[in-house]
Amino acid sequence: MPEATVEPIVIEPDRSMVNNQSILSEKPSALSREGQPEWLQARRTAAWEKFLATPKPTITDQTWRFSKLKQLNFSDVEYAGNSAQAMSLAAIPSELENLAARFVFVNEELVSETHYDDSLTAAGVRILPLDIALNELGDIVKKHFMARETKLGSEKFAALHEAAAVSGVVVYVPKGVVVEKPIEIVHWVDGENVAIFPHTLIVAEENSQVSVVDQFRSTDESSSNWMIGCNDLVTARGAKVGYYAFQRLNESSRAILLNNSSAERDATTTSFTLNVGGCWVRTENMSYVEGEGANSYMLSISLPGEGQEFDQRTFQHHKAPHTVSDLLFKNALFGKSRTVFSGLIMVDEGAHYTDAYQTCRNLLNSEKAEANSMPGLEINADQVKCSHGSTSAQIDQEELFYFLARGIDEHAARVMIINGYTQEVTSKIGNEQVENLVTDIVAERLKRLPI
Amino acid sequence: MSTELQTVSKIAREKEEIGNFRFPENHKFDAGYGLTEKTIDYISDVKDDPDWVREFRKKALRVFEGKPMPTHWASHDLDNIIFDNIRYYLSSGAKSTRSWDDVPQEMKETFERLGIPEQERKCLAGVEAQYDSEAAYSNVQEVLEKQGVIFVNSSEGLKEHPEIFKKWFGKVIPTGDNKFSALNSAVFSGGSFIYVPPGVKVTHPLQAYFRINSENFGQFERTLIICDEGSEVVYMEGCTAPKFETSTLHSAVVELVAMKDAKIQYITVQNWSNNVFNLVTKRGLAHENAEIRWIDCNIGSRLTMKYPGVVMKGKGARGEVISIALANDGQHQDTGAKMIHAADNTTSNVVSKSISVGTGRSTYRGQVHIPRHLKGCKNNTECDALLINSSSQTDTYPAITVNGNDHATQHEASVSQVSEEMLFYMQQRGLSEGEAMSLAVNGFVNDLVREFPMEYSVELKRLIELEMEGSVG
Repeated sequence: MPEATVEPIVIEPDRSMVNNQSILSEKPSALSREGQPEWLQARRTAAWEKFLATPKPTITDQTWRFSKLKQLNFSDVEYAGNSAQAMSLAAIPSELENLAARFVFVNEELVSETHYDDSLTAAGVRILPLDIALNELGDIVKKHFMARETKLGSEKFAALHEAAAVSGVVVYVPKGVVVEKPIEIVHWVDGENVAIFPHTLIVAEENSQVSVVDQFRSTDESSSNWMIGCNDLVTARGAKVGYYAFQRLNESSRAILLNNSSAERDATTTSFTLNVGGCWVRTENMSYVEGEGANSYMLSISLPGEGQEFDQRTFQHHKAPHTVSDLLFKNALFGKSRTVFSGLIMVDEGAHYTDAYQTCRNLLNSEKAEANSMPGLEINADQVKCSHGSTSAQIDQEELFYFLARGIDEHAARVMIINGYTQEVTSKIGNEQVENLVTDIVAERLKRLPI
Repeated sequence: MSTELQTVSKIAREKEEIGNFRFPENHKFDAGYGLTEKTIDYISDVKDDPDWVREFRKKALRVFEGKPMPTHWASHDLDNIIFDNIRYYLSSGAKSTRSWDDVPQEMKETFERLGIPEQERKCLAGVEAQYDSEAAYSNVQEVLEKQGVIFVNSSEGLKEHPEIFKKWFGKVIPTGDNKFSALNSAVFSGGSFIYVPPGVKVTHPLQAYFRINSENFGQFERTLIICDEGSEVVYMEGCTAPKFETSTLHSAVVELVAMKDAKIQYITVQNWSNNVFNLVTKRGLAHENAEIRWIDCNIGSRLTMKYPGVVMKGKGARGEVISIALANDGQHQDTGAKMIHAADNTTSNVVSKSISVGTGRSTYRGQVHIPRHLKGCKNNTECDALLINSSSQTDTYPAITVNGNDHATQHEASVSQVSEEMLFYMQQRGLSEGEAMSLAVNGFVNDLVREFPMEYSVELKRLIELEMEGSVG
């Protein structure tokens, strides 16, 4: 592959960054960055004030029902400082072979930026680090950066993200351009009680196509990290955007991941989340199906083990007729783990001929696992086909017997069944490279779980 | 479109006419407007409550005052209830009678106009009729009385049978369960008390009828049904009120206790006029191998919030909720089910069907809870919603918690409308569009309607036809 020979641009870390500020007592440094546009300065200041003024979620908030609120403790959490491992992490090669571009951030610092395909720049595609894009992509970023209202409960934390986010990537694809290979962005977090705020913004103009892989990883297995990430998918008429998040933090970390997508007429958005890491991870997926004929696919695989808890909130909002949304979230629970799924399909008045589906499945592999499901529907239109389903059960004894009868031992049989269970989601991703990576990570993960 | 809406509202009016008549108010006892400790004392004095009941009421009042409106999840329409404008106790002072002839003429006329209970007496084992705060009439077949079945109003129950009553009263639904159960505990009056002794199977249904006749009146009946080991009973209740200018509040608490191997079936046909706030707490406690079934049909009221529940406390207990809701213009039927599994091998089933017509809104809210230490629990939940007009609304909000790997739950919900093809097919065969729609809707709920006793299922079909007629343009 000729692209692979391109040397990565290795960027020297910016040593001027301030270290070790507690989130609750200090403003984020992004607030006082020099040279940022006025609108951004104003937005960040307003967001910081909103963060301070918004009360913490309480148990009576419906959006936090079944949540473990004690996880939202920021008293010892600090903004990320420099990492000694930046250079070595930048050198780790990608798990994906064919990429359009690749970015590596360590504790919010861009340590590697590689563009494998010059023709994209010529076609007008812009793939820029967030802090540069905020200055250079002007109106596009101004229009879309944190422009969508968060309404699934994390308003306070979205405000903190808006005030503090400096790392991440903005992807702009002009009309009619198809970016065939995915763009990969890796965010490493290093250090005890360190927080990062990764941001991804994808703006796809009419009839364009692009896909992005976000990887969230910890540098070690034990220090508790915090991550509050936001990503926005803005899809114009006829465009196709795929966004795949791999949440692979260590099992002491906490994270809030907010995903927003909007699909104009005949556009298609696919968002996929793989959850394997973190001791407490909350994901909020908002999907606005806005134009006639638009499609939204929301997919997730979560494999929580001992002591892990995943809290998933989703919203499928149909605003126009003849729209389709399909959600499939599959959880396989091991040890003393816990999942919460709360989803809502809302069909606006006038959004007739909508097809909206929502399925959450829980496979309980331990007597200590707990699965909570709250699938919801709010339908205000006529001529709709909507359904939701939620099941919680264990591996079928008959299925297991079938394997045993063919001489496959129980452990291997269980692994195969769980692999097959997740495969239904994986096969809907629609990108072979990404699907293979998901399959590999799931297989690797299953080796480490008590099955 | 506008003619369509006109027809719908015309039909809605016709349906209300069934219960829409009233008699002048003639109260010997009236606790006045608003709720304070004085109101409680007044009610307790009139009813000659034992001290423990008076204390119970006062404690409940404090709980009620301390609880916020549950509008963080429920409809903001609740904010339109002004507790100071409600009358909490009204009665004519006449004692409940066992002879139909002794029932005051006006009340008798009321119940006769509603077709209850004289005509149905023949096939019923017992009847109780409540008019505003107090029971006007109650009767139970002699043969049942000889077997030891008790069927009286709750005031009588707590005085005459304290040894059974006190043991379970407020145990299934504690005062502080929610704001409205606390309100009911403070001002409750009327309702039924039923005790079925071990092994007695009551073959015919017992029936209660609730009627609100006075404006700005809140009805707070309290029902307690206890089925001792191996016994069985079917209980039916119906409710109506005339259409007043201002809204009325009905807030009941119903507690069921099914001992080992007992079976209770509780059937409700709710047809309040559509400015009644119907906020009801219903729950049953099922011991070993017992079965509790709630069969619930909500057609009337402005806002109904009702989530019948079963706590399956004994091994092998079974809980079931069968629910039909029909929300027409201006109505919100917020119904559902609560299934709490608290023993091994317990099973529960929820089947809910709702129809939204015109600007009506129907909501399903459910909770299924299977805790950590249990084995072999199963739940099945199905919710189907039918939307008739483009302004109709439907919501579904279930919550399912499963712990451990020895249980199975499934939840399914679907929303649809009557397909044009289906209507076309029926019209091809000579049915008008309205008739075809009515037939399709009846078909949608038919498998649930069959769960109701004969007399009710006939009436239900008629009510649904009446509601559906003219809903298509």
